[in-house]
Amino acid sequence: MKEVNEMAIETIDRRLDVKGFNCPIPIVKTAREMKTMSSGEFLEVLATDPGSVPDFAAWSKTTGNVIVEQSQDAGTYRFVLKKR
Amino acid sequence: MPARVTVLGGGVGGTLTANLLSKQLGGNATVTLVDPVGMHVYQPGFLYVALGQANGRWLAQDERHLLRSDVQMLVERAVRVDPSRRTVMLEHGRTLDYDYLVVATGSRLAREEIAGLAEGSYDFYSLDGAIRLREALRSFSGGRIVMGVAGIPYKCPPAPVEFVFMLEEYLHRRGIRERSTITLASPLNRAFTIETTSKLVQPILEKRGIQLATFFNVESVIPEKKVVTSIEGEELPYDLLVLVPPHRGAQVVEDSALGDERGWIPVSRATLQHEQFDSIFALGDATNLPISKSGSTAHFEAPVVASQIAARISGTAPKENYGGRVMCFLETGHREATTIRFDYDHPPVSPNPSPLWHYAKWAFNRAYWMTVPQGRVA
Repeated sequence: MKEVNEMAIETIDRRLDVKGFNCPIPIVKTAREMKTMSSGEFLEVLATDPGSVPDFAAWSKTTGNVIVEQSQDAGTYRFVLKKR
Repeated sequence: MPARVTVLGGGVGGTLTANLLSKQLGGNATVTLVDPVGMHVYQPGFLYVALGQANGRWLAQDERHLLRSDVQMLVERAVRVDPSRRTVMLEHGRTLDYDYLVVATGSRLAREEIAGLAEGSYDFYSLDGAIRLREALRSFSGGRIVMGVAGIPYKCPPAPVEFVFMLEEYLHRRGIRERSTITLASPLNRAFTIETTSKLVQPILEKRGIQLATFFNVESVIPEKKVVTSIEGEELPYDLLVLVPPHRGAQVVEDSALGDERGWIPVSRATLQHEQFDSIFALGDATNLPISKSGSTAHFEAPVVASQIAARISGTAPKENYGGRVMCFLETGHREATTIRFDYDHPPVSPNPSPLWHYAKWAFNRAYWMTVPQGRVA
């Protein structure tokens, strides 16, 4: 399963592995990582909590940091977020 | 020669594990519990102290009175564990040898990690903190109260939600509810991490006029401006700020490199054995398991740790694995409460709030001292 937003990913600037963590830790760690990034940079997040799918969608909508790519493979959810 | 089992920490997990081990192993083991203060504290009571519903006297008892007479107790701080030599060094230089070590050292508050937190906010995560908050609330005559979370994970995940519900009732009783606003600042887009419980409590928050600020992960407090800021870039003004402080694992865990970068110990989710050191087990807040840090968790884990160690000493198969069982109450104010029960395989389904659960919680608070540390309730 793969969804790609129309925004082009130039390069992944940061990577964050939150596999094994449950809600709300993936969101909190992502928010902290994003805080240290510059506008326009891309962050790849790997998570295993199924709840991260609706949580990241809501977080993206609220904060304006766009999910430009989202996929799932063998229980791992991958999100690529663009810092607003 | 009897096996030597050392237990670090005299909270619910350490006390219950020590009692169960000594009961199960009898003369086959000497069980020694090490605690820096020798007092057992019932931490769920802090919330009631903060809101003037209880005094601190019933929250602490001498740890010695809760331990079986054949458990040795040392009141001293453990400062270093050497897993290769199987030793624990104590603060005043004495060294204990062990065959098995149980780390039940809980978590510690790291208020210094958030700028302005110590000066600008209150909390109910220690007895001193709860008393300070109680006094601040007594002199509060109306205004904006904000309850937020300044670090994940933290003890007792429902506590912020419970606090705002109980606070709302408290302000009513004092006749200043109409002059006050209450805001719950949540790290997520809902009131509580568990979605089903959130769906249950959010309409009650709304009905009681408690505001919800979503995706608000506390970054700093600016006491002179009376605002709290989030890493998402938002600000909330307050007249009285209550924050859950950041938590870390115990100093001895960090100093002995037994845990991760925050001092949480990596253990097997089923056996609670250290991922790296076979002779070390951990339970309660001390582990890195992605479940609630709460007394309930430690309570359900202690029989597993005792069973795992007893089986190794007596050469039998362990009787129990940990299935992720957690059970806690969630006070919703006005003498009602609900419960949250779940395990690794079963997500929680909370019943509608009712007086039954509120009084069950009160009964549990009172019965705790005579039941849980001794292993009289499963």
